[in-house]
Amino acid sequence: MAITGEHGALKGTDLGLSEADPRDYFALLKPRVMSLVVFTAFVGLIIAPGNIHPFIGAVAVLCIAVGAGASGALNMWYDADIDAVMSRTASRPIPAGRVTRDEALTFGLVLSAFSVITLGLLVNWFSAGLLAFTIFFYAVIYTMWLKRSTPQNIVIGGAAGALPPMIGWACVTGSVSWDSFVLFLMIFLWTPPHFWALALFKQGDYGKAGIPMMPNVAGVESTKRQIFIYAIVTALVGVLPYWMGFASAAYGLLATGLGIGFVWYAFRVLRMSPADEKMKPAKSMFGFSLIYLFALFATLLVDGLMTSLGA
Amino acid sequence: MIEQVSLTDKQKKARRRRSIAIALVLAALVVLFYIATVIKFGPAILDRPL
Repeated sequence: MAITGEHGALKGTDLGLSEADPRDYFALLKPRVMSLVVFTAFVGLIIAPGNIHPFIGAVAVLCIAVGAGASGALNMWYDADIDAVMSRTASRPIPAGRVTRDEALTFGLVLSAFSVITLGLLVNWFSAGLLAFTIFFYAVIYTMWLKRSTPQNIVIGGAAGALPPMIGWACVTGSVSWDSFVLFLMIFLWTPPHFWALALFKQGDYGKAGIPMMPNVAGVESTKRQIFIYAIVTALVGVLPYWMGFASAAYGLLATGLGIGFVWYAFRVLRMSPADEKMKPAKSMFGFSLIYLFALFATLLVDGLMTSLGA
Repeated sequence: MIEQVSLTDKQKKARRRRSIAIALVLAALVVLFYIATVIKFGPAILDRPL
């Protein structure tokens, strides 16, 4: 029973009483994106020089994950209109009508504040500041401003997704360094070819939603060229951890091999026929890009763990 | 006059599941802050004159 004030007889559904399940709120956190954030932040935390108590380290990763999830909820709050018209996002909790926009906004704001304050109190305020900046950058700079106004949206907005390993690093050291900046750069440069490969074969969706993704604005051929250039730079930066001395020779070898693979997939996209409607090379490139980034960070993680155990 | 609204079964079940989820999260936070406090301040935090 719910007391509703001096209104006539109403049904719960008329009042907008929620049928949202906890799973719907969890979906607002974009768990798949969050898993990449957790993983890269964890790698940053493990390979950073210095020590952190394992429990405090786990709390740090949890705070970064919740902060990333909160920015996902804020993104879904703001983008509910365009999510509703894209096949990939139409079943999200807000466009599907299971959670209201106000509920998502409150959820996102509360989790943002809670994750930043907890990270500050239990770990350090520098990393908390970086987390706050990341949430602000994703929710305000990317979602509210860049996404709907420029085809460079995911280039600049990619910074938000690239910051978690730097935050993980800062949780241990209380600062940033060139080494952690390279981790940032690896994800930052990887983001455009990764998303543009997706945008190539989801062009219709983005066009329908009015989002100025690169293929819709600059055209398919220009996007393919830019994917190729970014892939080369990404592959080169991928090897930097070895050259800068904070990753093993095994990592250097793997990064070189995977980098060549990444460029090869981008080359196949570059050579893709304009008449190719299935865009299989772009789909393969999208799939490989996920493996590429995961494999590099997994190897860095193994390197870091072996160094910690050996020390 | 105060009107009351009967929730549908689906709404009741959803509310119950949300309540359980909030309870679990709050309990986990109590444990988390308890352990974190002991770690940050050390066991000496428990050793104080009453």
